[in-house]
Amino acid sequence: MNLTVTSAPHIRSGDSTQRTMLDVLIALIPALIAGVVLFGMRALVLTVISAAGCVVAELLVNLVMRKKPTVGDLSAVVTGVLLAFSLPASCPYWVVLVGDAFAIIVVKGLMGGLGQNVFNPALGGRAIIMLFWPATITRYTTEAVPAFNFGAVDIVSSSTPLQTMARPALPDASLLDMFLGKIGGCIGEVCTLALLIGLVYLLWRKVISWRIPVAYIGAVAVLTLIFNKGDDAFVWMLYSVMGGGVMLGAIFMATDYVTSPAMPAAQLVYGLGCGVLTVIIRYFGIFPEGVTYAILIMNAFAWALDKAVPVKRFGVAKGGAGK
Amino acid sequence: MKQLFRGGIHPNDGKALSRGGTPVPMPAPSRVIIPMSQHIGAPCSPLVKVGDTVKLGQKIGDGEGVCSPVHASVSGTVAAVEQMPIPGGRKAVCVVIENDGKDTPDTAIQPRKSHKELSPAELAGIVREAGICGMGGAAYPTNSKILSTAGKTETLLINACECEPYITSDDMVMCTWPEKVIMGARIVADVIGAKHTVIAVEDNKPEAIEALKAKAEGQEDIEIRALPTRYPQGAKKQLILAVTGREVAPGARTGALFNVTTIYSIYRAVYEGLPITEKVVTVTGEGANAPKNVIVRIGTPLEEVLNFAGGVKEETCKVVCGGPMMGVAQGDLSVPVVKGTNALLCLVNPNPPAADPTCIRCGKCMEACPMGLQPLNLYRYVNSGNKEELQRLNMEDCMECGCCAYVCPGHLPLVETFKAGKKLLKEVKR
Repeated sequence: MNLTVTSAPHIRSGDSTQRTMLDVLIALIPALIAGVVLFGMRALVLTVISAAGCVVAELLVNLVMRKKPTVGDLSAVVTGVLLAFSLPASCPYWVVLVGDAFAIIVVKGLMGGLGQNVFNPALGGRAIIMLFWPATITRYTTEAVPAFNFGAVDIVSSSTPLQTMARPALPDASLLDMFLGKIGGCIGEVCTLALLIGLVYLLWRKVISWRIPVAYIGAVAVLTLIFNKGDDAFVWMLYSVMGGGVMLGAIFMATDYVTSPAMPAAQLVYGLGCGVLTVIIRYFGIFPEGVTYAILIMNAFAWALDKAVPVKRFGVAKGGAGK
Repeated sequence: MKQLFRGGIHPNDGKALSRGGTPVPMPAPSRVIIPMSQHIGAPCSPLVKVGDTVKLGQKIGDGEGVCSPVHASVSGTVAAVEQMPIPGGRKAVCVVIENDGKDTPDTAIQPRKSHKELSPAELAGIVREAGICGMGGAAYPTNSKILSTAGKTETLLINACECEPYITSDDMVMCTWPEKVIMGARIVADVIGAKHTVIAVEDNKPEAIEALKAKAEGQEDIEIRALPTRYPQGAKKQLILAVTGREVAPGARTGALFNVTTIYSIYRAVYEGLPITEKVVTVTGEGANAPKNVIVRIGTPLEEVLNFAGGVKEETCKVVCGGPMMGVAQGDLSVPVVKGTNALLCLVNPNPPAADPTCIRCGKCMEACPMGLQPLNLYRYVNSGNKEELQRLNMEDCMECGCCAYVCPGHLPLVETFKAGKKLLKEVKR
């Protein structure tokens, strides 16, 4: 009998980083199905290529850093899927691969890998694509996109609800179309219903808490209700919340453990900050959408927000000075 | 039922493996190894030398200050007095006794007919001479606690939670000798002048609760309180919070709080005149062939206990003294059972911490921490040696219960790291 001697505890809950990431991927399946139904097989191919691109990039980082392969934790797959989801199906395949490489190598790998990165890798990848190939993220279609086209894709461009709202005017799409995703937009962001199913799954599996999504979506709702640009404030608010990437961002990106605060109170402030910045960028920035930069900016505050939460010590009344 | 303290975990308790029946007495081994240090405080000095004849229950080691004497657990001849390995990987002076098989009793401690006339000092004296220290694992000399709480205690709190998974030795003591537990509580309550006694038992021990309630009937001041099962409810501060609703301030004394087997031992010392020479030990785990509770002489080598209890399976890869949450894995099974040994847990899954630990800041550790600490940040600051932050985040409040490490999806070596962190802080204070 060979006896192992390690420090207590000697049992574990069975939870693992891999399982957590798998849960996130499972929660993204409804949005993927919606994306394929709405934009054709190209949505699936783009997602798979992006995931594969991130895995290869991660292996490359492991090799250069002389570390054991870390792709088994599935975090690179999550990054790849989320980056693809935040792009239109018409995005050229090579463009998403550049985004993958930047996300995994620069935003995550050079910061020290999983757990050490300050900014969300998928959003970092998206930001670099916006910088170099803005046309790929400003031209959208509501139709299926051909999958076997490896360069720039010819599409019948139509404006997204947010592009219409930037004019400002109410979009043509009905609120039901918005909820189901029958609108122009990015693969994973259009179908609010699918994203809410994902949210319910993540909450049920206790992968995330309600705080960041509720604070984020709530802040967008309240601000667009107050500063509405339509005849009906409530309708304007609903279009604002369901249009663009608020749902995808609030549920799947702002809740990224590594780049968001861990303290409950800090999570609320962080979510509020994301919501406020999203509305400010939408109303005053040059792009109609603000989710990417809103979350990236708030990523920078994550640590400071955690540290600003007062420490409550066991056995000491609130505001007490300790012993 | 709603949980009564923050955080904590509720793992599969594994207690069904070893529960049931009555503890089986193990025949005394041919040789016992009695360590001179089985408690918190000053180690004992041996009172015997090689070649001496000793009787069962004879005091063979004692010391000054906060110290709990040790007794011969067999009668026979002293074969050696030397440094030997003890559970936990350390070494201590041990007295080795060759058993003559006669169990000739020592009569230094005489049983009492009544405890009514005992003063706190007298009871503390009996308890000290019987070598009683906290049997829940802390092993703090019980006589000191009796003296410090006498006359100052409203409520006597008896910890019968046994919240560590797998262990059932306290449970079996309560089920087998409920009248002795209640009588032990009676002794302590009367002598220290407590108006009210609460015996706190987790609700996964319904038989123990029933047995105690039956024996406590008619004694209005003794309450058997069932608590919703949750680890680490048996930790001092969590138990006091669960029972009284009050949080104990940092550094404050926890008052009259005794483990249930300690209380049982006090009964035995007062009414039966017996010092601590044996212990109920749970032999359990997926690796044990026939999990059960065994009455073992102090000083019996662990491997002999395992063999007596039916042996272990081939795939056993870890033997733990104590429970799976806070117990100590043993590398050497020739070490003896000591007063604080409540279980021998044989595991088939080693569950080591991650070789390449990565914290993804999921925050599950903070939710699980019963002290409201931030394990994820403490881990970071111990590794970076940031003492100021460790102080600000109350590193010293960590009791190493292991809840954070249990839930951690990254399998981070959190408890080891925090032990190192507390050492780091002690160096600052010096």
